[in-house]
Amino acid sequence: MPVTALAESMVKLPLPGGPDERAITTAFPQKGALILQRTRPPLLETPMDVFDRSIFTPNDQFYVRWHWAGIPNEIDVNSFRLTVHGHVNRTVSLSLDELLALPQMELAAVNQCSGNSRGYFQPRVSGAQWSNGAMGNARWTGVSLNPVLDRAGVKAGAVQVRFKGLDDAVLPEAPKLMKSLAIDHARDGEVMLAYAMNGEQLPLLNGFPLRLIVPGWYSTYWVKMLNDIEVLDQPDTNYWMKTAYTIPDTPHASVRPGETGFKVVPINRMVPRSFITNIMAGERLQAGAPRLVRGIAFGGDTGVARVDFSSDGGKSWQQTQLGKDEGKYSFRQWQLSFTPIAGAQALMVRCTSSSGETQPDTPNWNPSGFMRNVIEQTPVVAA
Amino acid sequence: MWRKLLPVALITVSVLASLAAYAEQKLSLKSVSVDLPFGDRMFPDGPGADLVNGNCLACHSVGMVLNQPALSEAQWRTEVEKMRTAYKAPIDPKDVDKIISYLYDLSHR
Repeated sequence: MPVTALAESMVKLPLPGGPDERAITTAFPQKGALILQRTRPPLLETPMDVFDRSIFTPNDQFYVRWHWAGIPNEIDVNSFRLTVHGHVNRTVSLSLDELLALPQMELAAVNQCSGNSRGYFQPRVSGAQWSNGAMGNARWTGVSLNPVLDRAGVKAGAVQVRFKGLDDAVLPEAPKLMKSLAIDHARDGEVMLAYAMNGEQLPLLNGFPLRLIVPGWYSTYWVKMLNDIEVLDQPDTNYWMKTAYTIPDTPHASVRPGETGFKVVPINRMVPRSFITNIMAGERLQAGAPRLVRGIAFGGDTGVARVDFSSDGGKSWQQTQLGKDEGKYSFRQWQLSFTPIAGAQALMVRCTSSSGETQPDTPNWNPSGFMRNVIEQTPVVAA
Repeated sequence: MWRKLLPVALITVSVLASLAAYAEQKLSLKSVSVDLPFGDRMFPDGPGADLVNGNCLACHSVGMVLNQPALSEAQWRTEVEKMRTAYKAPIDPKDVDKIISYLYDLSHR
Protein backbone atom coordinates (compact mmCIF):
# COMPACT_ATOMS: atom_id res chain seq x y z
CA MET A 1 0.00 0.00 0.00
CA PRO A 2 2.74 2.50 0.70
CA VAL A 3 3.63 3.58 -2.79
CA THR A 4 5.93 6.56 -3.23
CA ALA A 5 5.85 8.44 -6.50
CA LEU A 6 9.37 8.82 -7.93
CA ALA A 7 8.55 10.53 -11.16
CA GLU A 8 5.48 10.55 -13.35
CA SER A 9 6.51 7.33 -14.97
CA MET A 10 7.93 5.40 -11.98
CA VAL A 11 6.75 4.21 -8.57
CA LYS A 12 8.63 2.76 -5.65
CA LEU A 13 7.01 -0.25 -3.98
CA PRO A 14 8.50 -0.84 -0.52
CA LEU A 15 9.44 -4.46 -1.17
CA PRO A 16 12.02 -5.55 1.41
CA GLY A 17 15.46 -5.81 -0.19
CA GLY A 18 14.21 -4.64 -3.62
CA PRO A 19 14.18 -4.34 -6.55
CA ASP A 20 11.52 -1.79 -5.66
CA GLU A 21 11.17 0.49 -8.67
CA ARG A 22 8.49 -0.11 -11.29
CA ALA A 23 7.32 1.82 -14.32
CA ILE A 24 3.80 3.15 -14.56
CA THR A 25 2.52 2.10 -17.97
CA THR A 26 -0.29 3.29 -20.19
CA ALA A 27 0.84 1.13 -23.13
CA PHE A 28 -1.84 -1.57 -22.87
CA PRO A 29 -5.10 -1.54 -24.86
CA GLN A 30 -8.29 -0.53 -23.01
CA LYS A 31 -6.14 0.17 -19.96
CA GLY A 32 -5.14 3.31 -18.08
CA ALA A 33 -2.19 3.86 -15.73
CA LEU A 34 -1.03 0.60 -14.13
CA ILE A 35 2.15 -0.64 -12.45
CA LEU A 36 4.19 -2.65 -14.96
CA GLN A 37 5.38 -5.94 -13.48
CA ARG A 38 5.90 -7.73 -16.82
CA THR A 39 5.16 -6.78 -20.41
CA ARG A 40 4.68 -10.23 -21.98
CA PRO A 41 2.55 -11.99 -20.97
CA PRO A 42 1.18 -8.98 -19.13
CA LEU A 43 1.33 -8.57 -15.36
CA LEU A 44 -0.15 -5.16 -14.52
CA GLU A 45 -0.87 -4.01 -10.98
CA THR A 46 -3.50 -1.56 -9.73
CA PRO A 47 -1.98 1.41 -7.86
CA MET A 48 -3.29 1.64 -4.27
CA ASP A 49 -4.79 5.13 -4.66
CA VAL A 50 -7.32 3.68 -7.13
CA PHE A 51 -8.90 1.78 -4.23
CA ASP A 52 -9.36 5.03 -2.32
CA ARG A 53 -11.61 6.52 -4.99
CA SER A 54 -14.29 3.82 -5.13
CA ILE A 55 -14.95 0.35 -3.79
CA PHE A 56 -15.51 -0.67 -7.42
CA THR A 57 -12.25 -0.82 -9.33
CA PRO A 58 -12.57 0.84 -12.74
CA ASN A 59 -12.15 -1.56 -15.66
CA ASP A 60 -9.28 0.44 -17.15
CA GLN A 61 -7.26 0.17 -13.93
CA PHE A 62 -8.26 -3.37 -12.96
CA TYR A 63 -5.12 -5.50 -12.54
CA VAL A 64 -4.08 -7.98 -15.24
CA ARG A 65 -2.38 -11.35 -14.96
CA TRP A 66 -1.72 -13.87 -17.77
CA HIS A 67 0.29 -17.08 -17.65
CA TRP A 68 0.98 -17.63 -21.35
CA ALA A 69 1.81 -15.19 -24.11
CA GLY A 70 -0.48 -16.78 -26.70
CA ILE A 71 -3.30 -14.32 -26.05
CA PRO A 72 -5.71 -13.81 -28.97
CA ASN A 73 -5.74 -10.12 -29.77
CA GLU A 74 -8.95 -10.33 -31.80
CA ILE A 75 -12.28 -11.64 -30.62
CA ASP A 76 -15.22 -11.81 -33.03
CA VAL A 77 -18.41 -11.81 -31.00
CA ASN A 78 -20.36 -13.50 -33.81
CA SER A 79 -18.13 -16.51 -34.24
CA PHE A 80 -17.17 -17.01 -30.56
CA ARG A 81 -18.58 -20.23 -29.08
CA LEU A 82 -18.60 -21.71 -25.59
CA THR A 83 -18.52 -25.51 -25.68
CA VAL A 84 -19.81 -27.70 -22.86
CA HIS A 85 -18.74 -31.32 -23.17
CA GLY A 86 -17.36 -34.33 -21.35
CA HIS A 87 -19.46 -36.34 -18.90
CA VAL A 88 -22.73 -34.90 -20.24
CA ASN A 89 -25.72 -36.15 -22.19
CA ARG A 90 -24.95 -33.98 -25.22
CA THR A 91 -22.18 -31.60 -26.21
CA VAL A 92 -23.49 -28.08 -26.64
CA SER A 93 -21.95 -25.07 -28.33
CA LEU A 94 -23.37 -21.71 -27.29
CA SER A 95 -23.00 -18.35 -29.02
CA LEU A 96 -22.76 -15.14 -27.04
CA ASP A 97 -26.28 -14.23 -28.18
CA GLU A 98 -27.56 -17.50 -26.75
CA LEU A 99 -25.82 -16.81 -23.44
CA LEU A 100 -27.15 -13.24 -23.39
CA ALA A 101 -30.68 -14.62 -23.81
CA LEU A 102 -30.41 -16.70 -20.61
CA PRO A 103 -31.63 -15.23 -17.29
CA GLN A 104 -29.17 -12.58 -16.19
CA MET A 105 -27.49 -12.39 -12.80
CA GLU A 106 -25.24 -9.83 -11.21
CA LEU A 107 -23.01 -9.81 -8.16
CA ALA A 108 -20.20 -7.74 -6.71
CA ALA A 109 -17.07 -9.74 -6.01
CA VAL A 110 -13.40 -9.27 -5.27
CA ASN A 111 -10.99 -10.86 -7.69
CA GLN A 112 -7.60 -11.38 -6.05
CA CYS A 113 -4.48 -13.13 -7.33
CA SER A 114 -3.31 -16.02 -5.12
CA GLY A 115 0.07 -14.28 -4.95
CA ASN A 116 -1.15 -10.78 -4.21
CA SER A 117 1.43 -9.06 -1.92
CA ARG A 118 4.02 -11.79 -2.61
CA GLY A 119 6.73 -9.10 -2.64
CA TYR A 120 6.30 -8.72 1.14
CA PHE A 121 7.10 -12.35 1.97
CA GLN A 122 10.24 -12.67 4.07
CA PRO A 123 12.37 -14.53 3.26
CA ARG A 124 11.50 -13.45 -0.28
CA VAL A 125 10.17 -16.01 -2.77
CA SER A 126 10.18 -16.21 -6.57
CA GLY A 127 7.17 -15.27 -8.69
CA ALA A 128 5.41 -12.06 -9.67
CA GLN A 129 6.68 -9.50 -7.17
CA TRP A 130 3.33 -7.86 -6.47
CA SER A 131 2.67 -5.17 -3.93
CA ASN A 132 -0.95 -5.16 -2.68
CA GLY A 133 -2.63 -4.25 -5.98
CA ALA A 134 -3.13 -7.66 -7.61
CA MET A 135 -6.79 -7.40 -6.68
CA GLY A 136 -9.92 -5.56 -7.72
CA ASN A 137 -13.64 -5.43 -7.06
CA ALA A 138 -16.31 -5.28 -9.76
CA ARG A 139 -20.00 -5.82 -10.40
CA TRP A 140 -20.06 -8.88 -12.61
CA THR A 141 -23.01 -9.41 -14.94
CA GLY A 142 -23.69 -12.64 -16.75
CA VAL A 143 -25.35 -16.00 -16.31
CA SER A 144 -25.21 -18.61 -13.62
CA LEU A 145 -23.09 -21.62 -14.62
CA ASN A 146 -25.69 -24.11 -13.44
CA PRO A 147 -28.30 -23.63 -16.21
CA VAL A 148 -25.49 -23.70 -18.78
CA LEU A 149 -24.43 -27.10 -17.46
CA ASP A 150 -28.09 -28.18 -17.59
CA ARG A 151 -28.18 -27.40 -21.31
CA ALA A 152 -25.66 -30.19 -21.76
CA GLY A 153 -27.16 -32.39 -19.04
CA VAL A 154 -24.64 -33.46 -16.43
CA LYS A 155 -24.49 -37.25 -16.13
CA ALA A 156 -24.53 -39.10 -12.82
CA GLY A 157 -21.02 -39.67 -11.54
CA ALA A 158 -19.66 -36.23 -12.49
CA VAL A 159 -17.05 -35.12 -9.94
CA GLN A 160 -15.50 -31.91 -11.30
CA VAL A 161 -15.95 -29.29 -13.98
CA ARG A 162 -12.85 -28.11 -15.85
CA PHE A 163 -12.49 -24.68 -17.47
CA LYS A 164 -10.23 -23.58 -20.34
CA GLY A 165 -9.79 -20.25 -22.12
CA LEU A 166 -8.62 -19.20 -25.58
CA ASP A 167 -5.08 -18.34 -24.44
CA ASP A 168 -2.29 -20.74 -25.25
CA ALA A 169 1.32 -21.38 -24.39
CA VAL A 170 3.88 -20.31 -26.99
CA LEU A 171 5.48 -23.75 -26.89
CA PRO A 172 2.95 -26.38 -27.94
CA GLU A 173 4.17 -28.99 -25.42
CA ALA A 174 3.72 -26.63 -22.44
CA PRO A 175 0.68 -27.29 -20.24
CA LYS A 176 -2.40 -25.32 -21.25
CA LEU A 177 -3.98 -23.44 -18.34
CA MET A 178 -6.97 -25.40 -17.05
CA LYS A 179 -8.70 -25.10 -13.70
CA SER A 180 -11.37 -27.28 -12.10
CA LEU A 181 -14.06 -26.93 -9.47
CA ALA A 182 -15.92 -29.67 -7.62
CA ILE A 183 -19.27 -30.38 -9.31
CA ASP A 184 -21.30 -29.17 -6.30
CA HIS A 185 -19.32 -25.93 -6.18
CA ALA A 186 -19.78 -25.39 -9.92
CA ARG A 187 -23.53 -25.90 -9.46
CA ASP A 188 -23.98 -23.68 -6.38
CA GLY A 189 -25.77 -20.99 -8.42
CA GLU A 190 -23.21 -18.29 -7.56
CA VAL A 191 -20.41 -19.48 -9.84
CA MET A 192 -21.17 -17.58 -13.01
CA LEU A 193 -20.05 -16.70 -16.52
CA ALA A 194 -19.59 -12.92 -16.75
CA TYR A 195 -19.93 -11.00 -20.02
CA ALA A 196 -19.81 -7.61 -18.31
CA MET A 197 -17.93 -5.97 -15.47
CA ASN A 198 -19.06 -2.68 -13.96
CA GLY A 199 -21.76 -2.46 -16.63
CA GLU A 200 -19.47 -2.76 -19.67
CA GLN A 201 -18.02 -5.59 -21.69
CA LEU A 202 -14.76 -6.86 -20.18
CA PRO A 203 -11.46 -5.39 -21.37
CA LEU A 204 -9.73 -8.01 -23.51
CA LEU A 205 -6.96 -8.29 -20.92
CA ASN A 206 -9.51 -9.09 -18.20
CA GLY A 207 -10.94 -11.97 -20.21
CA PHE A 208 -13.28 -10.67 -22.93
CA PRO A 209 -15.75 -11.93 -23.96
CA LEU A 210 -16.49 -14.34 -21.12
CA ARG A 211 -14.90 -14.95 -17.74
CA LEU A 212 -15.62 -17.48 -15.03
CA ILE A 213 -16.52 -15.82 -11.71
CA VAL A 214 -15.88 -17.88 -8.58
CA PRO A 215 -17.01 -15.60 -5.74
CA GLY A 216 -14.84 -15.82 -2.63
CA TRP A 217 -12.13 -17.90 -4.29
CA TYR A 218 -8.74 -16.83 -5.59
CA SER A 219 -8.48 -15.56 -9.14
CA THR A 220 -6.60 -18.59 -10.46
CA TYR A 221 -10.05 -20.18 -10.90
CA TRP A 222 -11.55 -17.17 -12.67
CA VAL A 223 -10.64 -18.45 -16.15
CA LYS A 224 -10.42 -15.67 -18.74
CA MET A 225 -11.66 -15.85 -22.37
CA LEU A 226 -13.55 -18.94 -21.24
CA ASN A 227 -14.57 -21.06 -24.23
CA ASP A 228 -14.43 -24.65 -22.99
CA ILE A 229 -16.21 -26.34 -20.10
CA GLU A 230 -15.61 -30.03 -19.57
CA VAL A 231 -17.50 -32.13 -17.05
CA LEU A 232 -15.16 -34.75 -15.56
CA ASP A 233 -15.94 -38.12 -14.02
CA GLN A 234 -12.45 -38.27 -12.45
CA PRO A 235 -10.56 -35.71 -10.35
CA ASP A 236 -8.49 -33.35 -12.50
CA THR A 237 -4.77 -34.09 -12.18
CA ASN A 238 -3.54 -31.56 -14.74
CA TYR A 239 -0.43 -29.51 -13.83
CA TRP A 240 -2.39 -26.38 -12.87
CA MET A 241 -4.45 -28.30 -10.29
CA LYS A 242 -2.01 -30.91 -9.00
CA THR A 243 1.31 -29.05 -8.95
CA ALA A 244 0.85 -25.32 -9.50
CA TYR A 245 -1.36 -23.26 -7.21
CA THR A 246 -1.12 -25.67 -4.32
CA ILE A 247 -0.78 -24.56 -0.68
CA PRO A 248 0.41 -26.29 2.48
CA ASP A 249 -2.53 -28.00 4.18
CA THR A 250 -1.75 -26.11 7.41
CA PRO A 251 -3.32 -23.17 9.30
CA HIS A 252 -2.92 -20.00 7.17
CA ALA A 253 -1.19 -22.17 4.54
CA SER A 254 1.95 -21.46 6.54
CA VAL A 255 5.16 -23.47 6.91
CA ARG A 256 8.68 -22.68 8.14
CA PRO A 257 11.10 -21.49 5.45
CA GLY A 258 13.02 -24.53 4.26
CA GLU A 259 10.43 -26.98 5.60
CA THR A 260 9.67 -29.90 3.26
CA GLY A 261 7.42 -32.93 3.22
CA PHE A 262 4.18 -31.14 4.08
CA LYS A 263 0.90 -32.14 2.46
CA VAL A 264 -0.43 -29.73 -0.16
CA VAL A 265 -3.93 -29.03 -1.48
CA PRO A 266 -5.18 -26.84 -4.33
CA ILE A 267 -5.54 -23.21 -3.21
CA ASN A 268 -9.20 -22.38 -2.66
CA ARG A 269 -11.19 -19.81 -0.67
CA MET A 270 -9.91 -16.34 0.18
CA VAL A 271 -9.29 -15.02 3.68
CA PRO A 272 -10.06 -11.59 5.22
CA ARG A 273 -7.88 -8.57 4.41
CA SER A 274 -7.99 -4.82 4.93
CA PHE A 275 -5.98 -1.82 3.81
CA ILE A 276 -5.62 1.88 4.53
CA THR A 277 -6.09 3.74 1.25
CA ASN A 278 -5.79 7.45 2.14
CA ILE A 279 -2.58 7.54 4.22
CA MET A 280 0.66 6.30 2.70
CA ALA A 281 3.71 4.88 4.49
CA GLY A 282 6.10 7.57 5.66
CA GLU A 283 3.44 10.29 5.58
CA ARG A 284 3.77 13.13 8.13
CA LEU A 285 0.58 13.78 10.09
CA GLN A 286 -0.34 16.75 12.25
CA ALA A 287 -0.20 15.75 15.94
CA GLY A 288 -3.26 16.64 17.98
CA ALA A 289 -5.47 17.33 14.96
CA PRO A 290 -8.33 14.99 14.05
CA ARG A 291 -7.63 13.05 10.91
CA LEU A 292 -9.95 10.90 8.84
CA VAL A 293 -8.50 7.50 7.98
CA ARG A 294 -10.29 5.21 5.57
CA GLY A 295 -9.76 2.18 3.41
CA ILE A 296 -11.20 -1.06 2.14
CA ALA A 297 -11.77 -4.51 3.59
CA PHE A 298 -13.11 -7.83 2.40
CA GLY A 299 -14.06 -10.95 4.32
CA GLY A 300 -12.66 -13.52 1.88
CA ASP A 301 -15.41 -16.00 1.10
CA THR A 302 -17.91 -14.20 3.33
CA GLY A 303 -18.81 -10.67 4.37
CA VAL A 304 -17.11 -8.10 6.58
CA ALA A 305 -18.40 -8.14 10.18
CA ARG A 306 -16.13 -5.41 11.53
CA VAL A 307 -12.96 -3.50 10.86
CA ASP A 308 -10.80 -2.23 13.72
CA PHE A 309 -8.10 0.41 13.60
CA SER A 310 -5.02 0.93 15.76
CA SER A 311 -2.76 3.99 15.81
CA ASP A 312 -0.40 2.62 18.47
CA GLY A 313 1.02 -0.41 16.71
CA GLY A 314 -1.74 -2.78 17.81
CA LYS A 315 -1.83 -2.07 21.56
CA SER A 316 -5.36 -0.65 21.42
CA TRP A 317 -8.08 -0.96 18.77
CA GLN A 318 -11.11 1.11 17.81
CA GLN A 319 -14.03 -0.15 15.78
CA THR A 320 -14.46 1.74 12.50
CA GLN A 321 -17.62 2.76 10.70
CA LEU A 322 -18.46 0.54 7.72
CA GLY A 323 -19.69 1.88 4.37
CA LYS A 324 -22.45 0.53 2.16
CA ASP A 325 -22.81 -3.23 1.99
CA GLU A 326 -22.64 -4.26 -1.69
CA GLY A 327 -22.85 -7.97 -0.90
CA LYS A 328 -20.68 -10.39 0.98
CA TYR A 329 -18.08 -10.88 -1.75
CA SER A 330 -17.46 -7.16 -2.32
CA PHE A 331 -14.94 -4.68 -0.96
CA ARG A 332 -16.44 -2.69 1.89
CA GLN A 333 -15.21 0.76 2.76
CA TRP A 334 -14.44 1.64 6.39
CA GLN A 335 -13.54 4.95 8.01
CA LEU A 336 -12.70 6.53 11.36
CA SER A 337 -11.52 9.88 12.68
CA PHE A 338 -8.52 9.65 15.00
CA THR A 339 -6.14 12.12 16.59
CA PRO A 340 -2.47 11.30 16.05
CA ILE A 341 -0.17 11.66 19.07
CA ALA A 342 3.28 13.17 18.42
CA GLY A 343 5.95 10.68 17.41
CA ALA A 344 6.49 7.73 15.12
CA GLN A 345 3.74 5.15 15.04
CA ALA A 346 2.37 2.26 13.01
CA LEU A 347 -1.20 2.55 11.77
CA MET A 348 -2.90 -0.85 11.54
CA VAL A 349 -6.24 -2.10 10.32
CA ARG A 350 -7.82 -5.47 11.00
CA CYS A 351 -10.82 -7.13 9.35
CA THR A 352 -13.03 -9.71 11.02
CA SER A 353 -15.24 -11.64 8.63
CA SER A 354 -18.90 -12.58 9.15
CA SER A 355 -17.77 -16.10 9.96
CA GLY A 356 -15.61 -14.75 12.80
CA GLU A 357 -12.24 -15.10 11.08
CA THR A 358 -9.80 -12.30 11.97
CA GLN A 359 -6.60 -11.29 10.19
CA PRO A 360 -3.57 -12.72 12.01
CA ASP A 361 -0.88 -10.49 13.55
CA THR A 362 2.00 -12.59 12.26
CA PRO A 363 2.62 -13.09 8.54
CA ASN A 364 2.19 -16.52 6.97
CA TRP A 365 4.96 -17.99 4.83
CA ASN A 366 4.97 -20.60 2.07
CA PRO A 367 7.36 -21.13 -0.84
CA SER A 368 4.84 -19.91 -3.43
CA GLY A 369 4.04 -16.64 -1.69
CA PHE A 370 0.29 -17.34 -1.53
CA MET A 371 -2.53 -16.11 0.71
CA ARG A 372 -0.89 -13.27 2.60
CA ASN A 373 -3.43 -11.74 4.98
CA VAL A 374 -1.43 -10.49 7.96
CA ILE A 375 -2.60 -7.21 9.57
CA GLU A 376 -0.76 -4.63 7.45
CA GLN A 377 1.19 -1.77 9.02
CA THR A 378 1.55 1.78 7.74
CA PRO A 379 4.40 3.62 9.49
CA VAL A 380 3.79 7.38 9.91
CA VAL A 381 5.23 10.26 11.92
CA ALA A 382 3.05 12.84 13.66
CA ALA A 383 4.46 16.22 14.66
CA MET B 1 -58.44 14.40 -22.63
CA TRP B 2 -55.32 15.03 -24.68
CA ARG B 3 -53.94 17.33 -22.05
CA LYS B 4 -54.14 14.49 -19.57
CA LEU B 5 -52.88 11.76 -21.81
CA LEU B 6 -50.05 13.46 -23.60
CA PRO B 7 -47.65 13.72 -20.66
CA VAL B 8 -48.36 10.11 -19.73
CA ALA B 9 -47.75 9.03 -23.31
CA LEU B 10 -44.53 11.02 -23.46
CA ILE B 11 -43.30 9.54 -20.20
CA THR B 12 -44.19 6.06 -21.40
CA VAL B 13 -42.34 6.57 -24.66
CA SER B 14 -39.29 7.98 -22.94
CA VAL B 15 -39.25 5.20 -20.33
CA LEU B 16 -39.52 2.58 -23.06
CA ALA B 17 -36.78 4.29 -25.02
CA SER B 18 -34.46 4.41 -22.04
CA LEU B 19 -35.25 0.81 -21.17
CA ALA B 20 -34.44 -0.17 -24.73
CA ALA B 21 -31.20 1.79 -24.56
CA TYR B 22 -30.40 0.15 -21.21
CA ALA B 23 -31.13 -3.31 -22.59
CA GLU B 24 -29.11 -2.64 -25.71
CA GLN B 25 -26.21 -1.29 -23.72
CA LYS B 26 -26.31 -4.30 -21.39
CA LEU B 27 -26.84 -6.93 -23.99
CA SER B 28 -24.75 -6.12 -26.98
CA LEU B 29 -21.10 -7.02 -27.09
CA LYS B 30 -18.75 -5.55 -29.67
CA SER B 31 -15.91 -7.41 -31.35
CA VAL B 32 -12.47 -6.35 -30.20
CA SER B 33 -9.13 -6.13 -31.98
CA VAL B 34 -6.09 -4.80 -30.12
CA ASP B 35 -2.31 -4.76 -30.27
CA LEU B 36 -0.39 -5.99 -27.25
CA PRO B 37 3.09 -4.64 -26.48
CA PHE B 38 5.78 -7.26 -27.05
CA GLY B 39 8.54 -6.06 -24.72
CA ASP B 40 11.66 -6.61 -26.80
CA ARG B 41 14.27 -5.52 -24.25
CA MET B 42 17.22 -7.94 -23.89
CA PHE B 43 18.98 -9.12 -20.72
CA PRO B 44 21.93 -7.03 -19.48
CA ASP B 45 25.34 -8.08 -20.81
CA GLY B 46 27.36 -10.59 -18.84
CA PRO B 47 28.60 -14.17 -19.06
CA GLY B 48 25.63 -16.29 -20.12
CA ALA B 49 23.49 -13.39 -21.35
CA ASP B 50 23.22 -14.95 -24.82
CA LEU B 51 21.95 -18.21 -23.34
CA VAL B 52 19.35 -16.42 -21.23
CA ASN B 53 18.22 -14.27 -24.16
CA GLY B 54 18.00 -17.35 -26.36
CA ASN B 55 16.21 -19.65 -23.92
CA CYS B 56 13.86 -17.38 -21.97
CA LEU B 57 12.50 -14.61 -24.17
CA ALA B 58 10.36 -16.78 -26.44
CA CYS B 59 7.82 -17.17 -23.63
CA HIS B 60 8.24 -14.00 -21.55
CA SER B 61 9.82 -10.57 -21.52
CA VAL B 62 12.74 -9.68 -19.23
CA GLY B 63 10.82 -7.62 -16.65
CA MET B 64 9.69 -10.61 -14.61
CA VAL B 65 13.30 -11.69 -14.12
CA LEU B 66 14.70 -8.21 -13.43
CA ASN B 67 12.04 -7.70 -10.73
CA GLN B 68 12.99 -10.85 -8.80
CA PRO B 69 14.63 -10.37 -5.38
CA ALA B 70 18.12 -11.65 -4.58
CA LEU B 71 17.15 -15.33 -4.80
CA SER B 72 19.59 -18.01 -3.66
CA GLU B 73 21.31 -20.27 -6.16
CA ALA B 74 19.00 -23.10 -5.03
CA GLN B 75 15.93 -20.92 -5.68
CA TRP B 76 17.20 -20.03 -9.16
CA ARG B 77 17.85 -23.72 -9.84
CA THR B 78 14.26 -24.51 -8.89
CA GLU B 79 13.03 -21.79 -11.26
CA VAL B 80 15.17 -22.91 -14.19
CA GLU B 81 14.19 -26.56 -13.67
CA LYS B 82 10.53 -25.56 -13.51
CA MET B 83 10.87 -23.71 -16.81
CA ARG B 84 12.64 -26.70 -18.35
CA THR B 85 10.53 -29.59 -17.09
CA ALA B 86 7.07 -28.15 -16.39
CA TYR B 87 6.96 -25.35 -18.98
CA LYS B 88 9.06 -27.17 -21.59
CA ALA B 89 11.65 -24.45 -22.21
CA PRO B 90 14.08 -26.13 -24.67
CA ILE B 91 17.14 -25.55 -22.47
CA ASP B 92 20.11 -27.79 -23.23
CA PRO B 93 21.00 -29.56 -19.92
CA LYS B 94 24.63 -28.52 -20.36
CA ASP B 95 23.57 -24.84 -20.25
CA VAL B 96 21.56 -25.06 -17.03
CA ASP B 97 24.43 -24.21 -14.66
CA LYS B 98 25.54 -21.25 -16.79
CA ILE B 99 22.00 -19.87 -16.85
CA ILE B 100 21.63 -20.25 -13.09
CA SER B 101 24.96 -18.53 -12.57
CA TYR B 102 23.89 -15.59 -14.78
CA LEU B 103 20.54 -15.22 -12.99
CA TYR B 104 22.12 -15.42 -9.55
CA ASP B 105 24.66 -12.72 -10.44
CA LEU B 106 21.95 -10.54 -12.00
CA SER B 107 19.75 -10.68 -8.91
CA HIS B 108 22.69 -9.91 -6.59
CA ARG B 109 23.99 -6.87 -8.51
